[in-house]
Amino acid sequence: MNPALKNTLLFCFVGFLLLITGILQGWNSALFILNMGLVSSILALGVNLQWGFAGLFNIGVMGFVALGGLATVLVGMPPVGEAWSAGALQVFAGLALGAGTVVGAVVIRKKLVGRARTFGTLAILVIGFFVFRAVFDAGVVAIEAVDPALTGNLGGINIFGPHRDANDMLLPDYFILLAWPMGGLLAAGAAWIIGKTALGLRSDYLAIATLGIAEIIIAVMKNEDWLARGVKNVNGLPRPVPYEVTLQSDPGFIARAASWGLDPVTASTIYTKLCYTVLFAAVLLILLWLAQKALNSPWGRMMRAIRDNETAAEAMGKDVTARHLQIFILGSAICGIAGAMMTTLDGQLTPTSYQPLRFTFLIWVMVIVGGSGNNFGSVLGGLLIWWLWVQVEPMGLWVMNLLTSGLADGSALKDHMIESAAHMRLLTMGVVLLLVLRFSPRGLIPER
Amino acid sequence: MDYLNALVAFLNFVFVPGLAYGAQLAIGALGVTLIYGILRFSNFAHGDTMAFGTAMTIIGTNALLALGITFGPLPTALLALPFGIGATILLVLFIDWLVYKFYRDQKAKPVILVIVSMGVMFVMNGVVRFIIGVRDIQFADGERFLITARDFKEMTGLDEGLAIKTTQAITVVVALIAMALLFWFLNKTRTGKSMRAFSDNEDLALLSGINPDWVVKVTWMIVAALATTAGVLYGLDKSFKAFTYFQLLLPIFAAAIVGGLGNPLGAIAGGFVIAFSEVTITYAWKKVLVYLLPENLEPDGLVQLMSTDYKFAVSFAILIIVLLFKPTGLFKGQSV
Repeated sequence: MNPALKNTLLFCFVGFLLLITGILQGWNSALFILNMGLVSSILALGVNLQWGFAGLFNIGVMGFVALGGLATVLVGMPPVGEAWSAGALQVFAGLALGAGTVVGAVVIRKKLVGRARTFGTLAILVIGFFVFRAVFDAGVVAIEAVDPALTGNLGGINIFGPHRDANDMLLPDYFILLAWPMGGLLAAGAAWIIGKTALGLRSDYLAIATLGIAEIIIAVMKNEDWLARGVKNVNGLPRPVPYEVTLQSDPGFIARAASWGLDPVTASTIYTKLCYTVLFAAVLLILLWLAQKALNSPWGRMMRAIRDNETAAEAMGKDVTARHLQIFILGSAICGIAGAMMTTLDGQLTPTSYQPLRFTFLIWVMVIVGGSGNNFGSVLGGLLIWWLWVQVEPMGLWVMNLLTSGLADGSALKDHMIESAAHMRLLTMGVVLLLVLRFSPRGLIPER
Repeated sequence: MDYLNALVAFLNFVFVPGLAYGAQLAIGALGVTLIYGILRFSNFAHGDTMAFGTAMTIIGTNALLALGITFGPLPTALLALPFGIGATILLVLFIDWLVYKFYRDQKAKPVILVIVSMGVMFVMNGVVRFIIGVRDIQFADGERFLITARDFKEMTGLDEGLAIKTTQAITVVVALIAMALLFWFLNKTRTGKSMRAFSDNEDLALLSGINPDWVVKVTWMIVAALATTAGVLYGLDKSFKAFTYFQLLLPIFAAAIVGGLGNPLGAIAGGFVIAFSEVTITYAWKKVLVYLLPENLEPDGLVQLMSTDYKFAVSFAILIIVLLFKPTGLFKGQSV
């Protein structure tokens, strides 16, 4: 079977799975899986750029996703005026002092030599730290004191506020779309800092470093309430698509729904989800097109040459570290964009929901299963593994019910087995990953 | 100025907890470093191996308690520890045979083995959750304190109390025994010596007739024993939760790398470096400083350098600093 046909069939298979889901479990859940699957595909594209193209072992995907989520709050929410006047200046001055300290320490290290260097660097760091804390903490306290039950943070830059129609119903706010590139930028900035320090280390060290930075990003988002309310979460992010309730109160929409033979509630939820699908698919197609262009350009060939033999590439005059930094930033930016899209879809930012198994390692399963080094493979892996991740739980429950059907109702073993069905996900993902690595290490759609 | 009270406060809040936590990290890091030295990959499933061993030990403990057997003032879990270790050894040997052996025979690149260990991590995580659930489990029984703060105050007449939990004392003692056994094994026995030879130079070791399969098997057994011990000690001291153990991966790796990957002595040193830095940087020093500074200089705030939620950041920062300035770690580790 020629590869093109095989790949088409594989994508058709995923479409078929979604179709079956739609028929058996309703179109709402099928579209929900499809939407998240599209976001997952974008994430997989980002990781594939780093791992498949360049062989960089980044297991801090979760951190970049979370930064994307943070961007939706910083862009989409209206600013909290009182908080800005209360302590914004101090917080920013504090942050600037902190950054200045680090820069100062680096400069001193470059300028001085010997013992003076060590003591100078240390002195700057220690003094800088305490000055930073003194200025910064006061600002944070002032901001967090502003109506802590509702805000207590600086809010975002969305001065246009929520849009409402004549009947006071919410209208879509396209300003939030700006959060997607912003999420990419935030993630790229973080990636630049990480790359500057950790790239050039051995692959396992880079892995641990990225794992660590992801945990730190989550810790910052959980604890810095002035930024995005920490564990108090931010709810009610604006949406770039029509609201269901608004649609349901629109006579024109009700009439159209009736003409399709649907009740207004179902029609509105499906319509909203379809709008997201269109948006996400558009972003995915653009990124996929760009990634394909990059892969087949001289730049892409150089990347793969570096991946396959760093020494040879260096001998050809390629700046390996700089190229690695470049692709690390690009891949992370894609993860940031996907993170912003994900939070937009959820409509809320909940820092506690970021778990490494779900947001880092699952993406890796997608890339490996799809085929590392192949962009289409990543897209396929994203859609397929996401579908599996969602469906394993009901399937596991079904299997458990079947297995325990012989046992008496209420027996401890039966209860335990049925309760444990929820944990089948991780087990299944591990088994899938191991099987693919063993029997088809190049993935479903191998690199060409 | 009251140096004695300051010292006791320091011991109570910084030194003793840091020592216990450091011992737990050190045993965990020893497992990571041994795998790295002999099998030459970073084992991401280590945290979940610890969780599995602890889960098995908890089941053993519950069985013993059901039979009415306790360990007097000591936690019953110590009696169940051999059972937990045995179960974990069987599991890792099975996984090695089923999963890792294939890649070893192929001489796969280390990074492939790391990804494989990610798959094993998923499976083990699922298995542990399947067996014991995701709840927080306290399984320490027996005496809670070796010495309570109150007794200490009465004994010494000081204002500050020094409380030592039984679990902290046990951690340090068990860790010392485990380390002594390990170093005796590595330095004195024939198998231990062949392990070190294998780690230093694989080809030369093979040439001199060392059986690689046996070395790998023994390594897994030791790693399983260390991982279970570390997990049980951590669980006794704090509590058992599958997800926390997964998160321990970061400080454990930081400890192993800071000490020098592949170097057992380094792993121990790294464990204590990470633990003490975490505790000192996230501790509110006001309690100690009140005794040291004259009254008019007494601090207003808590004098906490960073909130405890940032303890990951501390291990990470130390890791980065060491990697930037001494890439092979404090003790010379392997550099591949």
